[in-house]
Amino acid sequence: METKKTSLYQLHQDSKAKFVEFAGYQMPIQYPEGIVEEHKFTRSHSGIFDVSHMGQLFIYGDDNLIEDLEKIFPLNLKNLNLNHSKYSFLMNDEAGIYDDLIITKIEKGFLIILNAACKENDFKILSRLLNNKYEMLLDNERSLIAIQGPKSVRILSDIINGVEDLSFMSGNWFFFQEQKIYITRSGYTGEDGFEISLPNNCAEGFTKKLIEKGAKLIGLGARDTLRLEAGLCLYGHELDKDKTPVEANLKWAISKDRVSKGNFIGSNIINKQLTDGVSKIRVGIKPEGRIIAREKTKIFNQSDLHIGEITSGTFGPSVNGPVAMGYVENEFSKKDTKIFLEVRGKKHPANICGLPFYKKSYVKGANK
Amino acid sequence: MSDVKFSKEHEWITLEGDIATIGITKHAAEMLGDIVFAELPEKGASVEKDGTAGVVESTKAASDVYTPISGEVVDTNQSIVDDPSKINEDPEGSAWFFKLKMKDKAELDSLMNKDEYDKFAKESAS
Repeated sequence: METKKTSLYQLHQDSKAKFVEFAGYQMPIQYPEGIVEEHKFTRSHSGIFDVSHMGQLFIYGDDNLIEDLEKIFPLNLKNLNLNHSKYSFLMNDEAGIYDDLIITKIEKGFLIILNAACKENDFKILSRLLNNKYEMLLDNERSLIAIQGPKSVRILSDIINGVEDLSFMSGNWFFFQEQKIYITRSGYTGEDGFEISLPNNCAEGFTKKLIEKGAKLIGLGARDTLRLEAGLCLYGHELDKDKTPVEANLKWAISKDRVSKGNFIGSNIINKQLTDGVSKIRVGIKPEGRIIAREKTKIFNQSDLHIGEITSGTFGPSVNGPVAMGYVENEFSKKDTKIFLEVRGKKHPANICGLPFYKKSYVKGANK
Repeated sequence: MSDVKFSKEHEWITLEGDIATIGITKHAAEMLGDIVFAELPEKGASVEKDGTAGVVESTKAASDVYTPISGEVVDTNQSIVDDPSKINEDPEGSAWFFKLKMKDKAELDSLMNKDEYDKFAKESAS
């Protein structure tokens, strides 16, 4: 299969990006400044992320659509206000996660943002579950661009008036060069920021405007270190179809009143796990030294028993040290539990820690 | 200071008497990206030609560091362990990795000179 290119491909190339194939797309992993500088620039200024490889699924329908989607997602969609978003999951009968996603109520339907590697399969699953009753469009004619970091609100509002009034996890339609664009205040870096869905033909022009105003293109490498420091899950690493939202420590994303009534796919297992607990659970892990424990690193307890595995691990530029997430047996998941990570045949001390690793510290009276 | 020699694993080596200084090449440092972790051999350890003698990690991945010759480790550069970003800044100078008491001078013969290495690095990068 030929690798696909996003509508920003030429701009990435002109910006001297190093490319990597990701979920069938040629995506920029980094630019000449490198992952650490790109990461720090996002935290201190404003980074632009091309996330056009992600799926933008529009589903249109009447009140029956809300009913039907509530049989799929563990959310209270009846109470979801227009232009408001929720983080959720597409699950199988065992509550294993097919994908994690953001669902936004739009006029006459919903917009669901899906992971690139999962979107085609998600579309098939959802079409089947909804019996093809509704108009569904996995829109390849639109790009998706995220702008993240403390200067993003100023930069974006210079171009699109009114975005500064959006609150976190809400959005609206705006106009750019007479084209309709949908902007939500959201992101995946732990920073304030926005995600902009816009027609492919104006994506490059729009991105160049952001760059003119002082934002910089950031690659997938820094996107990974940023999300990991923010304690956010990455599908295929922390999440997959053998893990449930409760095991992933994401029970906050499941609407409480939906759990008691059940009646969504996987609800039996979710209910059982919330009542009885789980045997393994996702935790934050902080190595004591500088050693980096990467994905698949084995985790041991103080008695040298194998108790789990790392799912993501890297060097956190803002933390200035190694950070990781992984799954451990529930009894070893308490904060400050001492564990050992086997890296290159040696066991290195580490501790279970709270998430996120990096918390935004807002300074009162700071200039925006 | 003698001429610099290079290995196919992207290490450089210089010789003063029978003491060799070894590090990774500028090309290797650029390919790795931001280096955030370095592990060096123990002082006093014996290392064998082409065996692993350390590790460097970038934000992306871990890579072994190999020794281009055999010998006993007589010194290591703690400053690159404390601040691995120095390896990106000056890989072929102050950010050397370790010094060896050379065991067999003939092992140097199989290594490349600068021109040969530059050609090799260019080819292996493409």
